[in-house]
Amino acid sequence: MFNHETLDKYSPLENKIFQLIDDDGMPLDKKWKPALSDKQIIQAYKDLLFERTADYMAVSYQRQGRMFTYPPNLGQEAIHIATGMVIKEDDWLVPDFRELGAWLAKGVSMREIFLYFKGNEDGSRFVNAKRMLPVSVPIASQLVHAVGIGYAMNYQKEKAVVFAFVGDGGTSEGDFHEALNFAAVWNVPVVFIVQNNQFAISVPIKTQTKSQNLALKGVAYAIPSVLVDGNDVFAMHEVLAFARDHADSGKGPVLIEARTYRIGAHTTSDDPTKYRTKEEEAAWALKDPLKRLKGYIEAKKLFDTSGEEALVAEYKKKIDKEFEAAEKHPEYPLDDVFKYMYQEMPSELRRQKNAYENYLQNKGGAK
Amino acid sequence: MKVMNMVQAINDALDTMLTEDKSVVVYGEDVGVEGGVFRVTEGLQLKHGAARVFDSPLAESAIAGTALGMAIAGMKPVIEMQFDGFSYPAFNQILSHISRFRNRTRGKFTVPAVIRIPYGGGINALEHHSESPEAYFGHTPGLKVVIPSTPYDAKGLLIAAIEDPDPVIFMEPKRIYRAIKQEVPEEKYNIPIGKARVVNVGEQLTIIAYGAMIREAQKAIVMAKQKGWSVELIDLRSIWPIDRDTIRESVRKTGRVLIVTEASQSYGAAAELISIVNEEAFLSLEAPPARLTGFDTVIPLPLGEKYYIISPERIFFEIDKLIRY
Repeated sequence: MFNHETLDKYSPLENKIFQLIDDDGMPLDKKWKPALSDKQIIQAYKDLLFERTADYMAVSYQRQGRMFTYPPNLGQEAIHIATGMVIKEDDWLVPDFRELGAWLAKGVSMREIFLYFKGNEDGSRFVNAKRMLPVSVPIASQLVHAVGIGYAMNYQKEKAVVFAFVGDGGTSEGDFHEALNFAAVWNVPVVFIVQNNQFAISVPIKTQTKSQNLALKGVAYAIPSVLVDGNDVFAMHEVLAFARDHADSGKGPVLIEARTYRIGAHTTSDDPTKYRTKEEEAAWALKDPLKRLKGYIEAKKLFDTSGEEALVAEYKKKIDKEFEAAEKHPEYPLDDVFKYMYQEMPSELRRQKNAYENYLQNKGGAK
Repeated sequence: MKVMNMVQAINDALDTMLTEDKSVVVYGEDVGVEGGVFRVTEGLQLKHGAARVFDSPLAESAIAGTALGMAIAGMKPVIEMQFDGFSYPAFNQILSHISRFRNRTRGKFTVPAVIRIPYGGGINALEHHSESPEAYFGHTPGLKVVIPSTPYDAKGLLIAAIEDPDPVIFMEPKRIYRAIKQEVPEEKYNIPIGKARVVNVGEQLTIIAYGAMIREAQKAIVMAKQKGWSVELIDLRSIWPIDRDTIRESVRKTGRVLIVTEASQSYGAAAELISIVNEEAFLSLEAPPARLTGFDTVIPLPLGEKYYIISPERIFFEIDKLIRY
């Protein structure tokens, strides 16, 4: 199990990547035993499959013109599923925007996610997800929120950890550095997860940084930092479990670089053929997290994966229902534009709303 | 009652709220051990402890962003931007998140934070230490922007700001931090945000101002009185929300209006106020609504400031023009 000794061995200065299974899902160390039970491993496989199916469906709804822009998760699911296995109900999830499986684990519904990407703020209510923040669009700006929440957890003497996500491009932002520095100085229970999927929209990692890896960024701030194979669900789980425990025991923040690859586009509005090669895509396809997890499961005969199609069909039905529910959501009322800006609607907003209502009633001007 | 200047009144308000509400924390650059560069938070760390009144690392964006995190997790942070010009690195957090979190989450998460900003010129300071950025915040949906002009108002308005369920930008006219002394109740009181104060009742012209410009306007009104002119003075107290009722009532009575702001002119608070005057009192106007503001220039360094900062004489000059119109 990943521990403080392993952490020292995998110093970001050595540029070593923590990995437990190979591209086919075979353990690198024959003596290694997973920290997860067989049941948990099978569940991880199912969750990963569900995320992937939901993601495909979302892209296809968008293609059908039934939803606006959507950022696909394809290829990065191991990070999300591992986070879901580690995060507790009282823990906080401070998302970026590409962590679907972790959101679902926190209790967000696909209906809400569809509603949000269909363009309704109601999709950020997250009715059954405790301590789940909404999508943060300005890159890396959410990380300082995580640090503030961490301060509050310490101040209120609560045992809860904050999981905060950012992408590789986000590590160039000032807020990333300010957040790491404040987190270390304040010794807050925050686990920072950098999903390094190699591209910030079209800009490759080489253009973002001269550092050999992104875990290095934590070193100067005196934050325990580690580079992990983000497509290896076992490695991600061990490191996240370690990080949660470290933060929860009052030792402060941890930084994880989860190295992965965004198989899909940045969003449905993006065309990756402009900035990626087929060779690169093919090389990363060998490291696909679902393929690797399945390889492990099949080799150990934990579960009969030949029934995958049936599982996918079952998930599709479920997801379709959620999408239908999102489509049946009540129409966006004028009130909703105004009523959430302040606890009590200021007279200025009432005046502007009344003027619009007056326009609706008297369109076309004086008769 | 104790006689206090504005620094003491704000300190008293913070002390009152720190004592009453354990979820209140006060932090920023130099606010802990030193008690702030203007000594506004002096003694508070000793009294309330370093977990509640403290120095943060020097990064305004993180100071603002962490306040959001604390607020959505149940605390009431009161943060300080050390100088007006240093609030700019925090813009993204204030404009993109603090002002919007309630709306974005349909009320699930709210940000009852206060951002204190000493602002304005007249203190012989370096660049970025004399700015009047209130219009940026007034233009941002989701914020309230409060600006006191007296020690009494400063205490009551700051307490109201801390108790407010929404984020409040609390701008302190640093030029008059120690210039005005006044009796201030030692007990807790609050002044509702959004209600202007009629400082001086008059019949022939209305001046609308706030912050450090109130004192300058009062001096100009004394000069006008010597001419036999009766001028009304409204202290707005907050530039968002704006008290339309008080403006309407006054301008309908006087028929003339002069807006005085230290901030530069274009797209500023004065422009908004003139629009409101036109909407509310157009048919009562006997002269075009006028504004006396800072230039559309960078506020000069101290040796050039005398041209930029509005004097009572310049206000009187505008009063004179308007009354003779």
